[in-house]
Amino acid sequence: MDWFDDWALTLAVFTPLVGMAIVLLIPRAEEAAIKVVALLTSLVTLAIGVGILVDFDFGNTAKMQFQVDKEWIPVINARYHLGIDGISLPLLILTMVIVPLCIIYSLDHFPEPHNPKAFLALILLLEVGMIGTFVALDLVLFFIFFEVVLLPMFFMIGVWGGPNREYASIKFFLFTLFGSALMLVSFLALYFLSKRSTFDISTLASFEGAGITRGTQVLLFAGLFLGFAIKVPMFPFHTWLPDAHTEAPTVGSVLLAAVLLKLGTYGFIRIALPILPEGAQVWAPWIGLLSVIGIIYGALCCLAQRDMKRLIAFSSVAHMGFVMLGIATLTDFGVNAAVFGMVAHGLITGMLFFLAGSIQHRYHTREMSRLGGLLVSAPKMGWILGFCAMASLGLPGLAGFWGEFPAVLSAFEPSRLANGILGNTASTLWTFRTFMVVAAIGTVLAAGYLLWMYQRVGMGTPKPEFEDAHIHDVHRPEWVAWTPLLLGIVVFGLFPNLIFSITNDAASSITRAFSG
Amino acid sequence: MGTPYFDYHALAPVIVLAAVALLALVVDFVWKDGGRRAVPQIAGIGLLLALIPVFTLAADGETRSMFGGAFVVDNYALAFAGFFLIVGYVAVLMSYDYIDEGDYYRGEYYVLLVTSVLGMVVLASARDLITIFVAIETVTLPTFVLAGWRKHDTRSNEAAIKYFIIGVLSSAVMLYGMSLIFGLSNSTLLSEIGSVASGDNPALFAVAIFLTLAGFAFKVSAVPFHFWAPDTYQGAPLPVTAFLSVASKAAGFVAMLSVVALGFFASPNSWQPVIWILAAASIVVGNLAALRQTDVVRMLAYSSVAQGGFILVPLAVSGDNDAARAGFQGVLVYILIYAAMNMGAFACVIANARRTRSTEIQSFSGLGRSNPAMAVVFTVFLFSLAGIPPFAGWFAKFVMFRAVLDAGTTAAVVLGVLAAVFSVVAFFYYGTVIRRMWFHAPVDLGDTGSPQVPGALVAAMAITTTVVVVIGVYPQLFAKIGDLAFRAT
Repeated sequence: MDWFDDWALTLAVFTPLVGMAIVLLIPRAEEAAIKVVALLTSLVTLAIGVGILVDFDFGNTAKMQFQVDKEWIPVINARYHLGIDGISLPLLILTMVIVPLCIIYSLDHFPEPHNPKAFLALILLLEVGMIGTFVALDLVLFFIFFEVVLLPMFFMIGVWGGPNREYASIKFFLFTLFGSALMLVSFLALYFLSKRSTFDISTLASFEGAGITRGTQVLLFAGLFLGFAIKVPMFPFHTWLPDAHTEAPTVGSVLLAAVLLKLGTYGFIRIALPILPEGAQVWAPWIGLLSVIGIIYGALCCLAQRDMKRLIAFSSVAHMGFVMLGIATLTDFGVNAAVFGMVAHGLITGMLFFLAGSIQHRYHTREMSRLGGLLVSAPKMGWILGFCAMASLGLPGLAGFWGEFPAVLSAFEPSRLANGILGNTASTLWTFRTFMVVAAIGTVLAAGYLLWMYQRVGMGTPKPEFEDAHIHDVHRPEWVAWTPLLLGIVVFGLFPNLIFSITNDAASSITRAFSG
Repeated sequence: MGTPYFDYHALAPVIVLAAVALLALVVDFVWKDGGRRAVPQIAGIGLLLALIPVFTLAADGETRSMFGGAFVVDNYALAFAGFFLIVGYVAVLMSYDYIDEGDYYRGEYYVLLVTSVLGMVVLASARDLITIFVAIETVTLPTFVLAGWRKHDTRSNEAAIKYFIIGVLSSAVMLYGMSLIFGLSNSTLLSEIGSVASGDNPALFAVAIFLTLAGFAFKVSAVPFHFWAPDTYQGAPLPVTAFLSVASKAAGFVAMLSVVALGFFASPNSWQPVIWILAAASIVVGNLAALRQTDVVRMLAYSSVAQGGFILVPLAVSGDNDAARAGFQGVLVYILIYAAMNMGAFACVIANARRTRSTEIQSFSGLGRSNPAMAVVFTVFLFSLAGIPPFAGWFAKFVMFRAVLDAGTTAAVVLGVLAAVFSVVAFFYYGTVIRRMWFHAPVDLGDTGSPQVPGALVAAMAITTTVVVVIGVYPQLFAKIGDLAFRAT
């Protein structure tokens, strides 16, 4: 299958684009045709993903596979270089699975102002950007895909969002744009400062920062840090997230939580850490500090929310804090945990946003004080919500546990080359062990707010205003959209090695500069 | 000295344009009624005809020099000549229905437009201060008249007068600077000025350079020489505004680029700080002022001031290290891309003004619902202006940042960070229009004009959209032009 090796990633990136073009050509009145084409496109993309899984060499996950390396803009030495290793593969597949599920979920309830044509076209464009970011191995190409993601999400929030959508959409856009502008400047600086002028991520990573002084690395890392940390989002750059999530339509929230946030953490693992190892060593304690602040702060904010969706949004801040803590340790153990955490968070929080959307669709409110008794009105949905809440709080046996627990554990033994909070390696150990303790307290808080949410939404009896309302239980499109996610949560919870075995070698290779 | 050497092949684009301008004038005069229809066609076809020798010269690839080196046809000149001709053609397309429907003189309009383009094509080849001065005046003089073309509108009259007075003033300043340079270097040829460098009176040379650059700064409406731009842009007929904000602005940049790259290059200390300040001030003031505008034309006027600042950034750092080539390429590529996206944006403004008889940003409300195709096209241009991939604007910003980091000095990096921050600010006002179009319901404007977008305007939009999208995905095409243009120097 040489042919497939050469073309798989290109096809994966551009199939959704072709689908989008077809969707745009179909007249707006032909809604059925539009939906079929969009769904088929995303399924074909998924099929390519399955093909990639089959063909992927699992014995060699540290190596870039399915590489394409062609000339693109020779004048500036930017190349069309794609490839995946054990870090990108799980995220790539996650993206390919989530998109069709989102389309299935939307088939029968499009948010106002309806217009499935534009909505589905945007989802497909979003898929191009997301897949592209995970497979790009050239900094310029990465930047392009990283930015392409902005456009559809901006419109999705702004057109189909809630009452405060305009503010939320522009805030989302400006925050991310600000980060990526400085990120681009850092990319260009890398180009000129590295041993050989190149934008190639693998080549730059193989230099391990040679030729760039420690001081410069620290500065450049700061530029990259801003770009990625805003996307993750890390405290204190997270303020766009609750607004964006609260206002976004259900599917927008799901994609935002399940995939978009991972673009930031992926950027740290793929670009910032391996290319600027000394910068990473200096920044590690500060990333760790912001991560644990995010964990605690996110949890406390959750406890103060009345809106269910906003609560889930803040829980994302906390969960991404665990992921970033894993990355901040600069160990293969931490990076493994981070990638697992990314996938787990994608499945679980994606599910929670689906549920929040479905609940809003039925009750026309997300105020937790007005909700209640979901287990009575719609028992199946109530159980699913309970299941997801358990998964999210990190119950052993479900996927969330393997993202959270190893991340906390990894802080016990950070890389010996990482700095501590005092700016030297002597303080490293107690710095990160303190983080570990704080993060562990964060898991307790997580249990607190999730159970509290479940108690208010799921348990009790329905409120008087909804006593006579007919609350649909889970219906078919919802089952179709949710089952794969629920299965994923259980399967990866029981067999975490399914993912760890893929990421392990790649994580070791990425952190080899820190193993000293 | 015998008769000067004429290379008719090299002069062909200029000759064609001159002939077209004269022909259009005669046809309009002789053939009264038919001429009304024929003149725009003559102008459009004439501009395309002039492209043919540009291509044959490019294929030939030989550098041709005439008049003692004052007029040179090389890759650099051809790249800009071709660019100006295409921009002129798009301007004709945009003018077609606008001029047809208003109470305007038609024949003269196109004659003046073609004459202005003629000046630009000469400017691209000019390598001598006097030739540059004559060329730039040939570019500017017709536009003074065009700006006041809406003769019964006091705003248009004001626009023309303001533009005229400031234009003449800037020409005088520029000419004074040039005369000082001549006095110091004993030559008007850029190459000889370059070899003299600062001469024996560096302070006076610096003053001369400053005055010359200030003249150009008026032409490109760089802060603090930008006062005329918003009023003139708003008062002038919209196609003229588009032409002013793209073609005549680009002409100013070309003149600046030629003079700096070929004439003053050896003494960067006297021109670099000047351009650095112009660039920084334009970026800051242009972007901040654009935030407050409620009229889309004024918004685009300030945005073009800001974009002008971005264009100057690579030039401002090109004196450092070996960054010259990257810097000059950056300027050229940015101009080409800026032209496509700004022309396109104005085409959309013209189309919308036909529909709503207004240029208020408010009048774009709900365009996404009432005319989705046009809204998509305008959105593409606005995103491109903001530098968002995958539209061409990102590459313009990219080459700008590339030049900055290639230079790598503190001054360069400071300017780069400033540009990065303000390119984010810029999205705020471009985004305002986008939000109007997509997130708002249509507002009732009472008197609505024709909803139909005429064919010529559609063609103008199609050309510019194609450039913006194709270059956005495959920037190599323009990058290659930039590479070729500066290979020789």
